[in-house]
Amino acid sequence: MQDDRVIVCEKLTKRFGDFVATNEITFDVHRGEIFGFLGANGAGKTTAMRMLCGLSSPSSGKATIAGFDVYTQTEQIKKHIGYMSQKFSLYENLTVRENIEFFGGIYGLSDERIRSKTAELLQRLGLKSEANKLVASLPLGWKQKLSFSVAVLHEPKIVFLDEPTGGVDPVTRRQFWDMIYEAANSGITVFVTTHYMDEAEYCNRISIMVDGRMEVLDTPANLKSSFHARSMDEVFYQLARGAKRGD
Amino acid sequence: MKQFLAFVRKEFYHVLRDRRTLLILFGMPIAQILIFGFALTNEVKDSEILVVDYAKDNASQELLTKIGSSRYFNIRQAALSHNEILSTFRKGKIKAVVVFPAHFNEDLLHQNKAQVQIITDASDVNTANMVTNYLSSIIVDYQNQINANLEIPYRITPEVRMLYNPQLKGAHGFVPGVMALVLLLVSVMMTAISIVREKETGTMEILLVSPFKPVLVIFAKAFPYLALSLVNVTAILLLSVFVLDLPVKGSVALLFAESTLFIITCLALGIFISIKTSSQQVAMLISLMGMLLPTIMFSGFLFPIENMPLPLQVISNIVPSKWFYIIVKSIMIKGLGLAALWRETLILLGMTLFLLLVSLKSFKIRLQ
Repeated sequence: MQDDRVIVCEKLTKRFGDFVATNEITFDVHRGEIFGFLGANGAGKTTAMRMLCGLSSPSSGKATIAGFDVYTQTEQIKKHIGYMSQKFSLYENLTVRENIEFFGGIYGLSDERIRSKTAELLQRLGLKSEANKLVASLPLGWKQKLSFSVAVLHEPKIVFLDEPTGGVDPVTRRQFWDMIYEAANSGITVFVTTHYMDEAEYCNRISIMVDGRMEVLDTPANLKSSFHARSMDEVFYQLARGAKRGD
Repeated sequence: MKQFLAFVRKEFYHVLRDRRTLLILFGMPIAQILIFGFALTNEVKDSEILVVDYAKDNASQELLTKIGSSRYFNIRQAALSHNEILSTFRKGKIKAVVVFPAHFNEDLLHQNKAQVQIITDASDVNTANMVTNYLSSIIVDYQNQINANLEIPYRITPEVRMLYNPQLKGAHGFVPGVMALVLLLVSVMMTAISIVREKETGTMEILLVSPFKPVLVIFAKAFPYLALSLVNVTAILLLSVFVLDLPVKGSVALLFAESTLFIITCLALGIFISIKTSSQQVAMLISLMGMLLPTIMFSGFLFPIENMPLPLQVISNIVPSKWFYIIVKSIMIKGLGLAALWRETLILLGMTLFLLLVSLKSFKIRLQ
């Protein structure tokens, strides 16, 4: 079988002095997979994610993202990933079109490609008539969808979503997940953190971090059966109850 | 490069869409210059001057008529002693006293030179200066007029005495002062706020994850403020030359070069503040307290540094605006060139490099 792993992590560790934020996590993520990255606040998710995005250098362990090394090839990594954070990440006082053009610009897309991408994106999101309105005037759900579309504008291999649906109503969340599936079907790997356990069920596989270690990693169905739990909620509680670190 | 341009364009959108930013950027300098400036120009029209004519001869009468016919002065004549002159000044109505010595005409005819004394109230420095300048130019005019057909020219020397403030501290200082203030506000505060804002809204994270280099993020954010500050310098100079009649005596190119240097100093400071803070309010407070106050206190713009206690004089040396103020004042008012100002320029350059290095370094640390 051909190696289709886009994230390969081996004993990846990050220490801040004596504090081990991320403790020897080992896992792989395959192409087109939706990978849920769960854990209570302070469990080390953010630190792990920052290492995977090339923002911070690991203390030890190995990892490659889209085939590039997290120690030496961060520039290459940044070109091949997309990122969307919990905080809404577009510019409020720029129009929809200007935001798209700006992010296309800093990812180095050609003018022509930005133009065609913009047209395609506006069409797909049904935002054509809003193209020249300030993003501030859009409802939150649309902003979130636009934000996601902008994160995958440069056709990254992997998109990292850091609690992308915080503060969004269930209907919009559902629509948002439709977009995630669509992206995954087109071959983009989705790496997503969330606190919503119903969302965790949408993932192909999920991992749960506790106190810096990756405690479990499996499909939602397998996790539920091995923990004799009816829902992901219960699985999460069973694991997180043992945590020593809090906020 | 294309990425950089995309970024700079975005920054301009930010600035041009924020009405408050625009107001600070362009409203403030214009308002300050006009407020300072018109306190100065209005008073010179119809200034009361007192003439003490001990000569009462042809020449003194001719010159007096010439002074009186200009629209700047209303002449009152009186024969007063020196002490009486002083007491009239204290009443505050008289802007200047012109004294013709006895034998004014004779001196002129026999020795080819004569003196006129101009005494002004220099507690109002700007007015005193304007009045003296106008009077002197009228006298020169008169001198040229009587010299028209002569082989050996007559010389009338105005002997100027500034009462109460002989060294004219603070004279004409407001344009360089306002320039330092405005550039500081725009470059330090605006830059700091605009970078911190990206941190607050979370967009900084997005930028750092993008392949756009972090150092370029900082430069791209600072660049529009450099451009806008230069627009401000231009506006202030145009206002001061065309509205306030304060010419730039030295090289305009040098003035712009020095301003650019000072702007970069300020930008480096703004960047440094933005790296060390994480909320817009804190960034603004630090910029105001940490930069604006020292500029007002220590640049010599409002309070003469020479009169301060020694420790404060020493402190004033680390305030970049002090050096910029000296440089601009020397170029604008004294017409000095780089040859005379290399020391101040070097100090400012040193400060700039130091600040740039420190900010870039702490920026790198922050990324880890």
